Amino acid sequence: MVCAGVALPDAPGAHRIENIFRPLSTPAREISDVSILAVIICAVIFTVVAGLLTYAIIRYRRRPGDNDAEPPQVYGSNQIEAAWTVIPLLIVFVLIMVSARVIASVQNAKPPANALHATVIGHQWWWEFRYPSLGITTADELHVPLSGGAQPEPTFLKLESADVAHSFWVPRLNGKTDVIPNRANEMWIDPHEAGDFIGNCAEYCGTQHANMLIHVIVQPKPEFDQWVAEQRLPAVDNPAVAADKQAFLSFSCVNCHTVRGTSAAGVFGPDLTHLMSRKYLASGVLTNTPENLRAWIKDPQAIKPGCLMPAMHLTDTELDSVVAYLRTLK
Amino acid sequence: MASIDYPLEKSRRRQRDFSLSEALYSWVATVDHKRLGLMYMATAIIFFLIAGIMAMVIRAQLIVPENHVVGPDTFNRLFTMHGTTMVFLVGMPIIAGMSNYLIPLMIGARDMAFPRLNAFGYWIFLFGGILLYFSYLGANGLFGAGSAPDVGWFAYAPLTERAFSRGTSTDYWILGILVSGVGSIVSAINVIATTFCMRCKGMKLSRMPLFVWVMVVDAWMVILALPPLSAGQIMLLFDRYLGANFFNTQAGGSAVLWQHFFWIFGHPEVYILIFPAFATVSEVVPVFSRKPIFGRQAMVGAVVAIGFISFGVWAHHMFAVGMAPISNIFFATASFLVAVPTGVKIFNWLATIWGGKIRFSTPMLFCIAFIFQFLIAGLTGVMLAVTPFDWQLTDSYFVVAHFHYTLTGSFLFGVFAAIYYWFPKATGKMLSETIGKWHFWLLVIGFHLTFDPQHILGILGMPRRVYTYAPGRGWEPWNMMSSIGAAIQFIAIACFAWNVIRALIKGERAGDDPWDAWTLEWTTTSPPPEYNYETDPEVRSSRPLWDLKHPDDPDWKYE
Repeated sequence: MVCAGVALPDAPGAHRIENIFRPLSTPAREISDVSILAVIICAVIFTVVAGLLTYAIIRYRRRPGDNDAEPPQVYGSNQIEAAWTVIPLLIVFVLIMVSARVIASVQNAKPPANALHATVIGHQWWWEFRYPSLGITTADELHVPLSGGAQPEPTFLKLESADVAHSFWVPRLNGKTDVIPNRANEMWIDPHEAGDFIGNCAEYCGTQHANMLIHVIVQPKPEFDQWVAEQRLPAVDNPAVAADKQAFLSFSCVNCHTVRGTSAAGVFGPDLTHLMSRKYLASGVLTNTPENLRAWIKDPQAIKPGCLMPAMHLTDTELDSVVAYLRTLK
Repeated sequence: MASIDYPLEKSRRRQRDFSLSEALYSWVATVDHKRLGLMYMATAIIFFLIAGIMAMVIRAQLIVPENHVVGPDTFNRLFTMHGTTMVFLVGMPIIAGMSNYLIPLMIGARDMAFPRLNAFGYWIFLFGGILLYFSYLGANGLFGAGSAPDVGWFAYAPLTERAFSRGTSTDYWILGILVSGVGSIVSAINVIATTFCMRCKGMKLSRMPLFVWVMVVDAWMVILALPPLSAGQIMLLFDRYLGANFFNTQAGGSAVLWQHFFWIFGHPEVYILIFPAFATVSEVVPVFSRKPIFGRQAMVGAVVAIGFISFGVWAHHMFAVGMAPISNIFFATASFLVAVPTGVKIFNWLATIWGGKIRFSTPMLFCIAFIFQFLIAGLTGVMLAVTPFDWQLTDSYFVVAHFHYTLTGSFLFGVFAAIYYWFPKATGKMLSETIGKWHFWLLVIGFHLTFDPQHILGILGMPRRVYTYAPGRGWEPWNMMSSIGAAIQFIAIACFAWNVIRALIKGERAGDDPWDAWTLEWTTTSPPPEYNYETDPEVRSSRPLWDLKHPDDPDWKYE
């Protein structure tokens, strides 16, 4: 079955199908290569041992017409025991060596001068992404530049948690690294292909562990720079929705959410300054459409039961105002 | 060999009329190792059925994406209770049950070394199990409703701290396991004392059945592995009620410390759980191949080696926590090394079959499937020990598939082999071979259909412990297959239950030695009398019944 997994074809519309054997980043590729070697070694061992076992079961079965005599009683052989201790030891030695090489190469990689540094903060059931050198804070979608060609530009991630243990896993870009409170872990990716790559929180972290998706959006450098420039701007202040803005700021949304340039400065929930630049809502659960946004604000518990955003029991008019204002936060 | 003649007078169930209360009293007050062994087994089977039904609900929820059989809170409780129950309330009592029932019979003793302690062990274990399940009624969750633990069976900090786990469900998890663990320790002490002090005349350690060897190593591992868990759990209680902050990260505690405490218990624990299967297969395969076990000393050596190495591999559960490269390499090396003695065991079982005359009775079928499935479990284990591979696979469905290959495909199959093999001894009745084969084949098909696709789910990026998933990520067909397989396994288990009930009511009489076997327990009646043997047996080789049946060519000439 594992071999079948290695050989699994890319299905049509494969952009959403992750597969650890379709790596798009150096660490993921190194992991995939050593993994395929391990799978091959194990497949050979399986074929030999299972083959012998099958042969023995068929060859040495009791047949009708056999007499009742017992077969020759064989008690063992030290030479044979030695052989099947030493051969596995040699295989184990090979596996240790190849593992150690990849462990060192992935874990000891030093960031080049042009590397992008970002901080990933796991929260109960959403991800916060900060780019300290760029002054950007966003959520759920990690934008990184395409790295490849003559000028690789890897992204080095510092992983921290605001509450419990999580794990950051985007299978096509790297293996997982746990996101543990009171501890700063590190990992790096250098995606060779532009696109939107999905991952999940991989460490059980409570009620909504299942709905803590990660989207890594890989963009060619100019596009990425454009995104950075937009994100650094303060929130759009559209006079057409001044009343709606006032309504939003009067609700307790502001206790948890930040909209830079306004009095909303909460840090418990995702930063909303450029909410409309994001493709998804609620940590990858919903696509960011006006209907979904409204449904989400109306009753988050219906969509993501147990999540930490309460339903504020807004009236329809109030909901319309909040949605209208948020829709302007490009 | 004169001293181990078949007992002259077969014991018969006493014919005088028992009232129900007398019968009940005789079980509650018993200190007989056989009755306690059967009580452990029966309790384990009841918990197994409960946890199995939980697994069915889990698979029903995951059969299609965005399903609504249960909500997230219920789902999280289900997998927590399923895992906790299977490990602590099914695996551990089966170890105690099999050791209790069989070790005194196999070494020619009349009871365990400490019969009263033995009874205490059972009742404290049962109390712990009931305490855990009482959480469904008694643990005050939100709004005063009862709530079972929902922190996962390894209960990673700081999710278990009061800030994130309100109410008392986590306390029930801690106390239930802490208390039932006392039972496991007690039983392990008893096994060690019995094996080292109460062997019959001539039963040198070198002649002791492999079953007893494996179980005594297992008992040592229980004694060494459980205290770190208990210590960790007590520290967690201190955190929750006395402000100790060992694992409370909000006050400077360490989440990783809990993981070390848990896995230095948890990894030996998985070997502890697989050992009864090793023990059974090492008895059943020789009898049904009609050959002695190949490389007896190597088999003992391998089990001892696994026991030792298993205490040095725990952090391979933690390759993703960001340990230094040198630690990762150390734990990868130790994990690869454990594959060597494990391989020796598989090769020796294979060599035992080689050149034999195999009888495919139900116990042997389960053993053969065990060897195949354990081989695959071992090989996926080797893949997981390749640290970089593990970075991808850990906490994915691949790991779920891997450990169900060890615990269902290997441990459970071994236990079924044991039940089919020793049921005639314990009850005097034969289980039906026909229903047994239905049970076996349905379980094999159901098992593979359930767990083989989960390897692929892991490779396709599906994390474990998710109550729902979105469509379009390539996971649907594999989850569908997996859920259908679970239903087939359920039917297989129903066949087993039917077989047991049927045999108890109208099973064919077994006789003393239905399998033409070689170890001491088959010399006494089925079921054995309370005192086991009329006279103290004396043995001259590791196969006393072979010597008895082949006086012209006894084993002791070669040992």
